[in-house]
Amino acid sequence: MTVRGNIVGIDSPEALERALRTAYYLADDGLATAAYLGLALGKPLLLEGAPGVGKTEAAKAIAAVLGRRLIRLQCYEGIDASAALYEWNYPRQMLAIRQAGEESIDIYGETFLIERPMLASLRAPDSTVLLIDEIDRADQEFEAFLLEFLSDFQISIPERGTVRATERPVVVLTSNRTRDLHEALRRRCVYHWIDYPTAEREARIVMMRASSVAEATARAVVAAVGRLRREPLSKAPGIAEAVDWAEAATLLHARGARWPDAFKRSIGVALKDEEDLTFISGRLDALIAEAAA
Amino acid sequence: MSDELQLPHAARVFVSFVALLRVNGFAVAPEQTTAFLAAIELLGPRSMEAIRLAGLATLAPPPERRATYDRLFDLHFLGSEAIDHAGAQDEEVVRLQEGGRGEDETLLADEANESGLAAARAEALVERRFAPSQTADALRKLSREAPARLPRRRGHRRMRARRGPWADLRRTLRESVRNDGEVLRLGRLKRRARPRKVLLLIDVSGSMKGRTDDNMKLAHALSHAAPNVEVFTFGTRLTRVTRALRLKRREQALSAAAHLVSDWDGGTRIGDALQAFLAVPRFGSYARGAAVVIVSDGLERGDPSALRDAVAKLSRRAWRLSWLTPLATGPGFQPQTEALIAIRRFVDDLVDGGSSAAIVSHVLSLGQRKAA
Repeated sequence: MTVRGNIVGIDSPEALERALRTAYYLADDGLATAAYLGLALGKPLLLEGAPGVGKTEAAKAIAAVLGRRLIRLQCYEGIDASAALYEWNYPRQMLAIRQAGEESIDIYGETFLIERPMLASLRAPDSTVLLIDEIDRADQEFEAFLLEFLSDFQISIPERGTVRATERPVVVLTSNRTRDLHEALRRRCVYHWIDYPTAEREARIVMMRASSVAEATARAVVAAVGRLRREPLSKAPGIAEAVDWAEAATLLHARGARWPDAFKRSIGVALKDEEDLTFISGRLDALIAEAAA
Repeated sequence: MSDELQLPHAARVFVSFVALLRVNGFAVAPEQTTAFLAAIELLGPRSMEAIRLAGLATLAPPPERRATYDRLFDLHFLGSEAIDHAGAQDEEVVRLQEGGRGEDETLLADEANESGLAAARAEALVERRFAPSQTADALRKLSREAPARLPRRRGHRRMRARRGPWADLRRTLRESVRNDGEVLRLGRLKRRARPRKVLLLIDVSGSMKGRTDDNMKLAHALSHAAPNVEVFTFGTRLTRVTRALRLKRREQALSAAAHLVSDWDGGTRIGDALQAFLAVPRFGSYARGAAVVIVSDGLERGDPSALRDAVAKLSRRAWRLSWLTPLATGPGFQPQTEALIAIRRFVDDLVDGGSSAAIVSHVLSLGQRKAA
């Protein structure tokens, strides 16, 4: 295990936390520790948590802090090596064979290779962060393939040989936990479960992300969102929804709506499921009044 | 760790913590221990909290066992017996009273299994022993036939085929290289079939007492006959027992499940249990596109509206929703209880679940055409 205690001037979880704040991301101690250890130990960082707690945002912020380009691989069911690693440009190859006639031609040259996110990160490990988003959506075959990639950071392209990373790339994986990941994948990574932030932290996030929002508004929205998350909803509002709701209510208020009314009329940006809206509608007044108190 | 390795004295306390975790059923790989030690060295002597966080990040205890991890950490490093951690959530057990707060299962013999909140509840929490029964034939039939007969769906991976909607350019190119660039035949691809998810929700309340043992055995057999089966039990709580049932040996698996479930033969609140199931996003997503099978008598006390809403929601998510009740005997069955009448509109099948043979034959028929 190669240990690098100092990454671009960041030598502790606290220093990383401060750096992330400059990238407009408020991390708690647990996340800052896990992310710092991931970078320092050269291990991938696996972030799990409910939708909307800021997993993908964390990856973006880490890339910003390191001053690197973020390469995102969005997983889906059926994703395979040709979508994640590389693919040959078959139509062009066929055309080239036709055009070559009698001359010999290398149809496995660089011009015919289509680079996918994982190959891109292997080729530029020092200037990129690879985000493998929602790994739980991929199937187990892909997970096994990924495990291999994450253990030695090399891939072999049969027609061209092996591509090895010159240093360990920074990799962040996220999962919504719609299925249990393989134990081996969790072991290979540095792991962190991201929970919804505390009300205090979330209010700070709202104010940081939406500068027009007053503190009282932010606190009221966060309190209301916190209550909504305790209800049996099919889509609980995430942090982004809290930010949107605070912004929308502020906007309506500036246009002359009274406060409770401004919150109520903009509920559609926080709850985006018709069933959830119906479910909560009867108690919405009380919930907002309570939160604004 | 081998004995030849002279562990520095300072490292011993950390390595023995890993050993304690393993004794308590946490799977920790050697590479994780190494990472844990490297992490502590990196962070330097700061605080207990830093060590706790380093352990969380590198030893990666599953989030639903976070409370146990914290307890063991305190026991090992702080010498405390048991500290109540506010906000500790066991995600695999959803208690219906306390708005989804759960508690954790520790295998430490001297640990109380209940928090103060739970002790206050007048529930008969009995750990059960699974008695031998007469369902052996049904189980064998299930294990033998399920792999071939359970429902399948079109997956998103592609495979070679004689006919199919996509051209297989990779194969076509390879063949054309062999033929001097002539394309003689265009390879085709089609979508590969995959087994559909099966979600089994088993009522373990008092009124189902006579069936519970066999139902759990069926759940175990089904978990091993099909690749993606999720199993939950419900009574006064909702408990995910999928992982326990993945143990290969039946006795072991059932006893692991018996450890997790603590509301055997108690009361029943089916509506609340199903609502709780839907309220946890990752549980709710198990139902999407799945063959959902609920084994319950539907004896719901009081107002069935919560049950009706939950079943309606489930039926919209599920590919097929079957309700198996011991009360249904024969094809001319007409539901009598208020709850069953309320949900009849939303289920695809309302059939006999009174014997293992009946349940097995229904599960094996799931792959056939949906009931009208």
